[in-house]
Amino acid sequence: MALNIIVCVKSTPSTVNVGVDADGKPKIAGVPVALNPFDEFAVEAAVRLKESVPGSTATALTVGPDAAAEILREAIARGADAGVHVTGAEFEGGDSYATSLALSAALKKLHAEKPVSIVIFGKNTSDAGAGVVGTQTAAWLDWASVSAVKKLEAVDETSATVLRQMEDGVDTVKLKLPACVSTIKEINEPRLPSLKGKMASKKAVFPRWTAAELGLQPAQAGAAGAGAVVVKAALPPARPAGLKVEGATAAEKAAKLVDILVERKLI
Amino acid sequence: MANGILVVVTPSRGALSPSSYELLGAGKVLADALKQPLLAAVIGGNAAALAGDIAARGASKVLVVEHPSLKDFTEESYARAAAAAAAKADASRVILPSTIAGRALAARLAVLLKAGLATDVTEILADGKVRRGYYGGNLIAEVEFKSPVAVLTVAAMTFPRAEPAGAAAPVEAVSFDPGASVSEFVSFQGEESREIDLGAAEKVVAGGAGLGSADGFKPLFDLAHALGAAVGASRRAVDSGWIPYKHQVGLTGRTVRPKLYVAVGISGQIQHLAGMAASGTIVAINSDKDCPLMQMASIAVVGEYSELLPLITAEIKARKGHAVPA
Repeated sequence: MALNIIVCVKSTPSTVNVGVDADGKPKIAGVPVALNPFDEFAVEAAVRLKESVPGSTATALTVGPDAAAEILREAIARGADAGVHVTGAEFEGGDSYATSLALSAALKKLHAEKPVSIVIFGKNTSDAGAGVVGTQTAAWLDWASVSAVKKLEAVDETSATVLRQMEDGVDTVKLKLPACVSTIKEINEPRLPSLKGKMASKKAVFPRWTAAELGLQPAQAGAAGAGAVVVKAALPPARPAGLKVEGATAAEKAAKLVDILVERKLI
Repeated sequence: MANGILVVVTPSRGALSPSSYELLGAGKVLADALKQPLLAAVIGGNAAALAGDIAARGASKVLVVEHPSLKDFTEESYARAAAAAAAKADASRVILPSTIAGRALAARLAVLLKAGLATDVTEILADGKVRRGYYGGNLIAEVEFKSPVAVLTVAAMTFPRAEPAGAAAPVEAVSFDPGASVSEFVSFQGEESREIDLGAAEKVVAGGAGLGSADGFKPLFDLAHALGAAVGASRRAVDSGWIPYKHQVGLTGRTVRPKLYVAVGISGQIQHLAGMAASGTIVAINSDKDCPLMQMASIAVVGEYSELLPLITAEIKARKGHAVPA
């Protein structure tokens, strides 16, 4: 009953503190890329699940440019067994709709080679940050999906029972496998890459799949396949200058603060 | 050509939340912008019973998708139900809340409708484009939909709540075939809490590393109760184990935009600002007058929180006492 676990990862800028260039685009040229922070939790969840069921494997899957191979190496350093790199100029500029279609096509191919048990995603990316790609990927495949997963309670060959953190409490949901689950940070505490993992990551070679190899038309991939495009990026409006509450004593400051809040109808 | 703006209301645990009315508020803005009729759909196990409340708030028609399989939220069934409503409404735009369920539903629905998707929308422009924060709120994206149909989730506390006005709209049931189920709702464990949920709170009082310990949150909770505010926290406070993760505001926690955000002992790391910088009035209370949050705050108070918070709480209680004489 070994599991074939896939974890989807993305290479994102190593900082979100970016400005806007003259063309109204995020100024990310030259910013180093890193494994998307939430994907560390997804990789850890995949590796822990693999370790709990003997004979299982965890494979990292990404859609991205050449440099994204480094993210697959990072996943291997953190305990994944293999990586698959969906890549090509045709994938550039994709939104969640086009990217999830590319992921679903790659999963279909992987599933045909060896049935996939479960696909694990991070909460959201640090750049676009919508947190929807896991569920959209499942929708393309007509597989089950669940978001905000804080615990994989039980996973066997045919089903997974997971805990979903809602705003008002925790749901228990049972999914037929294969399924896509999007995790949250509460699911685990990721380990640091091991020395053994780092050695393995250096030697790893990843299959590179283009849109054509996945059976995707040019019009379905990247910017051409996007349903929503960012036409302009801007900095948020500047906040008006602040007010300093002065006072000789703490009591005086407290009274003045409450005065201001009452005056602004906030109390 | 699709012609209709559809607001999809998904009750939580069988009840409507006030944020449902914000969806209608956002729908009105989009309907006016695109000059299309506004419709609403209510999905759930008891949707028909809730439709009357929605019908009084400005939609031209309310669709009801009610089925026992929709009693609790699962992504596949709800997406199919919303797709049935969108087809019935001939919708060009579908609006959902940016809640955990709303976001997942929107994601699945967008694929079913072959629709572009924008989440956490904070602004709807006159030409139908929308704005949303990205890069952790450091940038604002202007998003254009390329697809004929689009799905959007709107940020909480952003659009006006639609009030009851005029005659109630007609209510129409939409037939729904739940189909084979690939996921099954098993149970719900509610969190014992008289606290207000962060995401929909008009006021938030949040604590950070400056509180020094779990005990430091006691006067902060007192202040929050006096204000009727939800309690938030910085990542450092959560990682220190002083308060559960569900209170975390920031890049790896919740995004909030209350009218009033009181940050106590929070220095204002960029990761925290990502979750609250869009708040209305920001009050910072900190012993370090030079930290980033004190610099960006609308109102900054320099001092020790342990001294200030009980005084502020007492002051608020005293004023409320005057406002409502016993």
